[in-house]
Amino acid sequence: MIDTLTGLFNYWVAVILMMTGLYVVVAQNNLVKKLVGLGLFQASIFIFYISIGKVAGGAPPIIEPGVELYSNPLPHVLILTAIVVGVATTAVGLSLVVRISESYGSVEENDINQADRLAELETGDDQA
Amino acid sequence: MTWQQHLPALAIILPLLSAPLCMLIGLRRVAWLIGVATNLGGLLISVGLLQQVAGGNVISYELGGWAPPLGIELRVDLLNAFVLLIVSALAFWVFVYARRSVDAEIDSDKQTGFYAGLLLVYAGLAGITLTGDAFNAFVFLEISALSSYAVISMGRDRRALTAAFQYLVMGTIGATFILIGVGFLYMMTGTLNMVDLAQRLPAVSETSTVQAGFAFLSVGIALKLAMFPLHLWLPNAYAFAPSVVSVFLAATATKVAVYLLLRVIFSVFGVEFTFAQMHLEYLLLPLAIIAVISASLVAVFQTNLKRMLAYSSVAQIGYMLMGIGIASAMGVTATLLHLFNHALMKGALFMALGAVVLRVGSVQLHQLAGLGHFMPWTLGAFVVGALSLIGIPLTAGFVSKWYLVSAALDAGWWWLVVVIAIGSLLAVVYVWRVIEVVWFQPPNAALAGKTEAPWSLLLPTWGLALANIYFGVDTSLTTGTAEAAVGALFGVTP
Repeated sequence: MIDTLTGLFNYWVAVILMMTGLYVVVAQNNLVKKLVGLGLFQASIFIFYISIGKVAGGAPPIIEPGVELYSNPLPHVLILTAIVVGVATTAVGLSLVVRISESYGSVEENDINQADRLAELETGDDQA
Repeated sequence: MTWQQHLPALAIILPLLSAPLCMLIGLRRVAWLIGVATNLGGLLISVGLLQQVAGGNVISYELGGWAPPLGIELRVDLLNAFVLLIVSALAFWVFVYARRSVDAEIDSDKQTGFYAGLLLVYAGLAGITLTGDAFNAFVFLEISALSSYAVISMGRDRRALTAAFQYLVMGTIGATFILIGVGFLYMMTGTLNMVDLAQRLPAVSETSTVQAGFAFLSVGIALKLAMFPLHLWLPNAYAFAPSVVSVFLAATATKVAVYLLLRVIFSVFGVEFTFAQMHLEYLLLPLAIIAVISASLVAVFQTNLKRMLAYSSVAQIGYMLMGIGIASAMGVTATLLHLFNHALMKGALFMALGAVVLRVGSVQLHQLAGLGHFMPWTLGAFVVGALSLIGIPLTAGFVSKWYLVSAALDAGWWWLVVVIAIGSLLAVVYVWRVIEVVWFQPPNAALAGKTEAPWSLLLPTWGLALANIYFGVDTSLTTGTAEAAVGALFGVTP
């Protein structure tokens, strides 16, 4: 029991963060907060990957005389790429939010949906 | 090494380099020309690759000279050469078509950025198609996805912005799921190379880690390919994007995601694990059937024609998943054929609608009454595409439906044939509704004075429409390649 809690501590944190992030994305009405949730969701995966790289008893992956066992550096490198992707996603998302705010005058999903529905009633456009 | 050996890398690098080139030069006409030239190059490369692998060879290209499994490998076999041919042919054709439509729908100072974005989408799609590395596939997936959010948001309607945002949220969740899945596999095998994964996975296939990885990968890819019920991002994204983007994404983006699913199922995990152990078909088949019926039903009630075609796309993806779900060589052949044929038919249909947008400024059905009298050629092409969508004999759509029905009958599932028939009948309903309005209703007074679309739009549209007929009659290229590719898939992983 203790082993599952402490031995897998990193993974528990990753899962909790992941679920929190996903919940924020789904439950929040504000588009900026949704992006925050998305960022949290992605960050949890970074932690997950970095945890994979740890080899029990391994030293940091810097070559030193006398060290036999190193941790695996590859997941860290992978996650550098994923962080870049995450930054790009957030940037694109935020710039979309800026433009949404300019044309709708709001970043609340309810307001935006309502504005769309009103516009569609006037023009006769459809929206499922 | 001769230059022909560098073709796999060139297929990705060419668009990846020409995108910033467009931005640096900053002239919209030059950007368009660069786009056309790049995609012509891409098309020639993909034809060259298809010839190189035609005999069943597999090209393994070591990126940067680092040997796999440690280095990143581009791996070309018949399957992805075929998919790359679809993507690059459509991308080239879309760029030929793009100039007039983009002039009408995008502000002139944003056009260079728009073309650069489209080139990046293409670069990402080519990358997903060619790579033999699981993590690399995720990176290319995000390259194409991020640039497609940007180009979708450039639609004239402000709802394009919300559609792009919705797509961004769902697309990122999907891509992150794929990342988690790849992480689980890496945890158990210590490799990211797909061939290497395939060799090491059977030993650990009983562990829950690998099974969870499989689940995350399937759900993530399913989100990307808009499998019912994860398709919610698709209708608005296609409906409100600029016409050129609708053509391009509808014809290529979901196709590449379907390819990735095929690759993961057959080349990485293997038929044995996917179907005998995890029973993915129990998930795929019911969802595919619901997609075909429900998305077709929803399409019947759409009055925005681009949304109607978008829902129809969800239904067509249902057919492709059905082919995979049947889990026989014949079924997967049907899926591959439908990848090709659906790109042709949806390309032609969306191109025709793009021409309608140019002349009328709207694709609301009630405003288009009698438009056939003013734009007979455009809507003629629409009719050809529509017939192919339904699956009338002598059109491309018939060929893939025929294979799908044969595969279902081979498996002894007559009820699946009934579903396919119902789906086709629903397609008749939603397509005929349009044909009835534009051809047989008296012209709408507001349409007076509308003229036929310009040649620069008509020629590409008719090119695709005629391709629908050509590949419905002469099926040697498509069926031959698809059958050989599927043979290799089932042969490699018995």
